[in-house]
Amino acid sequence: MKKKKFSDLKESVIKAFFFTNGILTVMILFGIFALLLFTAIPAFREIDLKEFFTSHQWNPTSPVKEHYGILSMVAGTFMVSLGAMIIAIPIGIGTASYLSDVAHWKVREIVKPIVEILAGIPSVVIGFLGIVLFGPILAKIFGTSNGLNAINGSLLLAIMALPTIVSISEDSLSAVPKTYSDASLALGANRWQTLVRVKLPASLSGIIAAVMLGMGRAIGETMTVLMATGNAPAFPRGFLSSIRTMTATIAIELGEVPYYSTHYYALFAVGLVLFLITFILNLLSDVILNKYQEREQ
Amino acid sequence: MKGKKLFLIGTLLLGFIFASGTVYSAKRMIQIKGSDTIVNLVQILSEEFMARNPGKAIAVMGGGSGTGIAALINGTCDIANHSRPMKSKEKILCKEKRVDTRTFVIAIDGLSVIVHKDNPLKEMIMEKIGAIYRGDITNWKEVGGPDMVISLYGRQSNSGTFVFFQEHVLGKQDYSPHMKRMNGNAQIVEGVIQDKSGIGYVGVGYVIDTKSRKIRNDLTVLNVAKNAESKAYSPMDKAAVDSGDYPVARPLFQSTNGKPEGDVALFIKFINSPEGQKIVEREGFFPIGKDIISDNFKNMK
Repeated sequence: MKKKKFSDLKESVIKAFFFTNGILTVMILFGIFALLLFTAIPAFREIDLKEFFTSHQWNPTSPVKEHYGILSMVAGTFMVSLGAMIIAIPIGIGTASYLSDVAHWKVREIVKPIVEILAGIPSVVIGFLGIVLFGPILAKIFGTSNGLNAINGSLLLAIMALPTIVSISEDSLSAVPKTYSDASLALGANRWQTLVRVKLPASLSGIIAAVMLGMGRAIGETMTVLMATGNAPAFPRGFLSSIRTMTATIAIELGEVPYYSTHYYALFAVGLVLFLITFILNLLSDVILNKYQEREQ
Repeated sequence: MKGKKLFLIGTLLLGFIFASGTVYSAKRMIQIKGSDTIVNLVQILSEEFMARNPGKAIAVMGGGSGTGIAALINGTCDIANHSRPMKSKEKILCKEKRVDTRTFVIAIDGLSVIVHKDNPLKEMIMEKIGAIYRGDITNWKEVGGPDMVISLYGRQSNSGTFVFFQEHVLGKQDYSPHMKRMNGNAQIVEGVIQDKSGIGYVGVGYVIDTKSRKIRNDLTVLNVAKNAESKAYSPMDKAAVDSGDYPVARPLFQSTNGKPEGDVALFIKFINSPEGQKIVEREGFFPIGKDIISDNFKNMK
């Protein structure tokens, strides 16, 4: 009888332990959100909400008149991230398809780890490549005087997002049951048709997840874009102009800002907007995933 | 089994000793933080200081003048390097946090305006440089150069050079929003070397070739004139910098919280010594005169 009580206690302790672990990430998320929210709100005691979201001028240390408008940096962030995705998605899915369907297994065993090592290169090093290697090349190709622009940032972010996209897409392509492709081939489809019409749709959920993770990395990346895009705070005129992202703004200015000043709160407000953007992106990808899986069943 | 346990305890003990050792030495290490313009100079000064005083340790970090002063106020460094005087906001913050700053001038910098080596311009008036950085002049042909859109290189707002330039050259106006905000002096130099229509401003220490001690041959350093009537001078011209004829010369500072003591005082004395000032000169900056040195010593008491 006593023994049973003891094992019951043990059972509940273990249960509580795992429950705490499970709930911890949720609590951390809410904690971060609450911190951002409460540190961002005081900014709007002095900044007009309309100015914050619609002005393209950001100049909190101006000796003439301070401006707090995030439009230019939101545009900058979206430009580099979208540019990166335009480059990285075709290459990433192409590489994943090659690795899972075309390559000899020996080639795959060598190439896949190498692609994954790419993810381990520090962002500072990639940013450095952007300054000394891609910058001059891009300047030559496009005939501009310098290569510190949105395209440079997009290229570098694409390189950083590739390992994630390739690795996860390849995993999900390989996870498609062999019976699917066997059936397709038996029906007379060739290997290309099998890949494009059977395997890729079957692994779409994994590929979307891979792209979303890659996109998340691109939007949140700081050091690389800080080094390679020139950080001009003007509203971007196109992919060939220098841009400044939200992350770069926070990283540049948080180091010197006097604590508890309007500028300080405004930076947290920028962080909150960034958080909401990535949160909505993740939510959207979740919704898409669920819808797709329902249809599959 | 017993042997294994002993071994484990032994390694743990050794680990603790090492760990506490590093903590101890970290405590004695002088932490210096701030201006990117003088980070190399202070790094070399501290290396020479450590070579002469074995057992002393100094760690030097960049980050910008604003970052250094913020670190001094927050108590995370012993000495702040800054290339601009403290702002009134920072002084108020010091008072609030009871930080009693002592400031020392350690060198004089001829802030250099640089352009690409193919640019035919050799000199410019201050007012024109200001207009270019405000975005009022956007093409080189307006100042007698080739027909190219000017691409501006500058620092980020945490930089003392950014603030100094804004106050003294731009006339306290805003920078053009199209100016590229680079991370440090070295990145501006790198950018202007590659950019045919580029213009940038950096500390004179960054346009000196480290081997020959002369101006680098892969870029052009503009001679700057105060106004249309006066002659243009090079930032390398010691007499012009001393007399103030070179208009964008400025002092470079170090600040401590309270009277410098122990190793910090020794290090500041070393910088003010003839030996220290020789290093300052070797790195392309200008040494401080007798008057400043005696001011510095007064300030240490």
